[in-house]
Amino acid sequence: MQRRQFLKGTLAGSAVAVAVGAGLLSPRSVLAAWPTAAFEAKSVNDALSGLFGNTSAADSKDIEIKAPDIAENGAVVPVSVTTKIAGVTGIALLASTNNNPLAANFEFAQSVKGYVSTRIKMAKTSDVVAIVKAGDKMYTNKKNVKVTIGGCGG
Amino acid sequence: MADSIRIKAKAQGAEAEVKALITHPMETGQRKDKKTGQAIPAHFIQELVCKHNGAQVMSAQWGAAISKNPYVSFVIAGAKTGDAIEMSWVDNKGEKDSASAKVE
Amino acid sequence: MKKQIILSMLSVLGLAPLLSLASPENDLKQFQAYYIQKFPDTPFEDFSNGLYGIDKVRREEWLAMEEFPPYEPGVAIGKQLFEKHKIGSCFKNGGIGIRQNYPYFDANSGKVKNLESEILECLQKQGVDLEAEKFVAEKGKLAAISAYMAYTSRGKKFNVVIPNDDKAIAAYEKGKRFFWAKRGQLNFSCADCHIASAGQQIRSERLSASLGHPTGFPVYRKAWEIDDGNPALTGFGTLHRRYKQCNEQIRAKGHKFQSDEYLALELYETYMSNGLPVSGPSIRQ
Repeated sequence: MQRRQFLKGTLAGSAVAVAVGAGLLSPRSVLAAWPTAAFEAKSVNDALSGLFGNTSAADSKDIEIKAPDIAENGAVVPVSVTTKIAGVTGIALLASTNNNPLAANFEFAQSVKGYVSTRIKMAKTSDVVAIVKAGDKMYTNKKNVKVTIGGCGG
Repeated sequence: MADSIRIKAKAQGAEAEVKALITHPMETGQRKDKKTGQAIPAHFIQELVCKHNGAQVMSAQWGAAISKNPYVSFVIAGAKTGDAIEMSWVDNKGEKDSASAKVE
Repeated sequence: MKKQIILSMLSVLGLAPLLSLASPENDLKQFQAYYIQKFPDTPFEDFSNGLYGIDKVRREEWLAMEEFPPYEPGVAIGKQLFEKHKIGSCFKNGGIGIRQNYPYFDANSGKVKNLESEILECLQKQGVDLEAEKFVAEKGKLAAISAYMAYTSRGKKFNVVIPNDDKAIAAYEKGKRFFWAKRGQLNFSCADCHIASAGQQIRSERLSASLGHPTGFPVYRKAWEIDDGNPALTGFGTLHRRYKQCNEQIRAKGHKFQSDEYLALELYETYMSNGLPVSGPSIRQ
């Protein structure tokens, strides 16, 4: 009985060690603000729920997403979002078929214009989804990007 | 990780475009080490903050799906030549770095 | 064998079969004329940008990357290493603005010398332990120094010289034969993809033109970023790194870095790009 308990304790210890090593248990983040649930969500809607507490975004043609039709390498896909919508307070970027769709959430002061450019990893062909926040209002558009080689380094 | 941030800030009329390139592995935690078969631990920037003349103008939360050696660009209305831009980041391991540049 | 290769070359270029061996100068004219005719919308200098010079769609993604190219931090490291190891002392003009003269045929040694081989010689002369300091394998720190030297040479027109010397001509011919010869399980020659099918797709890959191949090297390849090590350096690789990888990808034998085969091929390919501007280091997929 004692021996079994000892082994159980050891195994539990090593499982935790592996999990920490694999980055599955992050050290307590310096920023309480990092929205873990949103970044670990497995669907666009769950990510938006986690991030904004809200999933209803109005489709908008006033959001332009510039991204290649076919990415030359899924690990580094240049994406930029430009919007004419007034009073932009933030832009979020998601790749719908990534295991964890949420890639980034940008929050802007009043002086920052409705534009952001970055480079994202795409595991496979996916919609690149942009969410534009203007105060309480949410708008969205998307662009399909084909990926022939996955971006996560596998 | 010192000296990881390169900033280019350029005035264009009544605004300035800020571009930053950061040297960082942005490891997802999904890749396996070829030799050991173990997953390479996640190591990625979680927060990025930009200040313009001391005032915070942009704060970003990032996941590991931002590419290795991440790039970001945005535009600050009313920024002009000589203004101070400061960029800083913190990653999931608690590592951090910051850098400043003047708008040209 | 030689005649077969020349004939196949001339027929791909759409020229009437000529039984005599062309000189390097004539080869160059025909080689460049072929591409100029095949890609009439590409200004000559733009061939130096590889696939992005001949494919409008791919060019857009490249321009987005050039907004802030990922090779910049690595070039800065290359400059630091160049200065730390006094690389300039081994080269003409202090090693600045000289990329366009490489490779060249060294009459003294009877060998083709490329830029990386001379950087390595310079490091050894300074007493640097190449293995311990990791100046190996045509990437990383070695490629970073080469990238810095290319960067200082940007815009200068390639000017590879094939002197009227039997050994030099032999090296040129060796490179030319390698380029046009079928190899490996798929029985491809460099020419099959990069001359006959330049700009076209093979499965999901779009093929670059040989004109302008070497001018952007060393390159920063997105696909090479995956390596371990300093993130600023992992994307870099030299021409030989790419030659070996490409040969293996088409299921042919990859030769050693700095092998006679790859040095000869580099001599031939770079000569064929004479007149194009240095554009290294450049981003590739």
